[in-house]
Amino acid sequence: MKKLLLASSMLLALSACKTTTEPLYYHGEYNKAVYTYLKGDTTTPQEQIAALQTIIQDAAAKGKKVAPGIHAHLGLLYFDSGSPAEGEQQFEQEKTLFPESAKYLDFLLKSKKGA
Amino acid sequence: MQWLKLSLLSSALLLTACVSAPPAHDYSAFRRADPHSILVLPPVNNSVEVVAQYSLMSQVAGPIAESGYYVFPVTLVEQTFRSNGLTEATDIHAAPFEKVREIFGADTALYMTIEEYGTSYVVLSSETVVSVSATLVDLRSGAVLWQHKARASSAENRGSSGGGLIGMLVEAAVNQILESITDKGFDIAAMSANRLLYSESHNGLLYGPRSPKYGQPVVSETKK
Repeated sequence: MKKLLLASSMLLALSACKTTTEPLYYHGEYNKAVYTYLKGDTTTPQEQIAALQTIIQDAAAKGKKVAPGIHAHLGLLYFDSGSPAEGEQQFEQEKTLFPESAKYLDFLLKSKKGA
Repeated sequence: MQWLKLSLLSSALLLTACVSAPPAHDYSAFRRADPHSILVLPPVNNSVEVVAQYSLMSQVAGPIAESGYYVFPVTLVEQTFRSNGLTEATDIHAAPFEKVREIFGADTALYMTIEEYGTSYVVLSSETVVSVSATLVDLRSGAVLWQHKARASSAENRGSSGGGLIGMLVEAAVNQILESITDKGFDIAAMSANRLLYSESHNGLLYGPRSPKYGQPVVSETKK
């Protein structure tokens, strides 16, 4: 009992500052994809779409969840490159995974259809 | 008695294990508001670096998502503001919060200001610094839930190389070239964003509803 108490308090001391939490999502290079898009770099929409598809495939292969925003950004790229059906599909995927996005994405879908 | 002494000792170790940090935030309003989603607004940029805004926007989504919140896709958000005639971050920050809530349906918005961003060459060393201040606002009430600042620098992890004064000058010049070519600011912005927002960082965000630690006290609260 004493040993157990001692061991557990030692363990607590050792683990106090180092908390290694398992990531909730797979992000891949989503940050770079966003940076590239926002900066207006010279990569083509097709290259950007391919980069995001790779992230989604890698996540599936690793059995991890895709980080929020990735499907929505891919949808945007599809809309930008004249493939609204694929774009809508990606928006729906984002809504299914993250219902918090539904109101905003529905607003976008409505305005895109209305235009 | 020996075991008691030892466990007291290790408890003392536990208390001193972490370096003394600034006092903990008062999270009571944040906890009561219990937000599920965060809308990152384009940050106000007080640096001379044009890409700073884009770089930071790209790097904040990760730590917010990992803290357990839904983070709105920043590229779409930026485009929505632009198509509504709002291209300047200062104008976006001045928009009424009710209106922002109406469009995005977000629980909260993150208002950020970039204080420093870039590489400077200061005789013996070159350094890339990113510092950011941020405010999380409840879009349902307009109340401020959380405020914080963070700074990160490329000089934090660099060991001084040998070679005396000339060696240092050469290293500085080489660093300067490397740091601007590889867009070092983007990497440092990631460090800064993590420090600022991640719920495992001191005074970062609370654990959000998608975190397994949702509802638990955060790091700075447990170190009182």
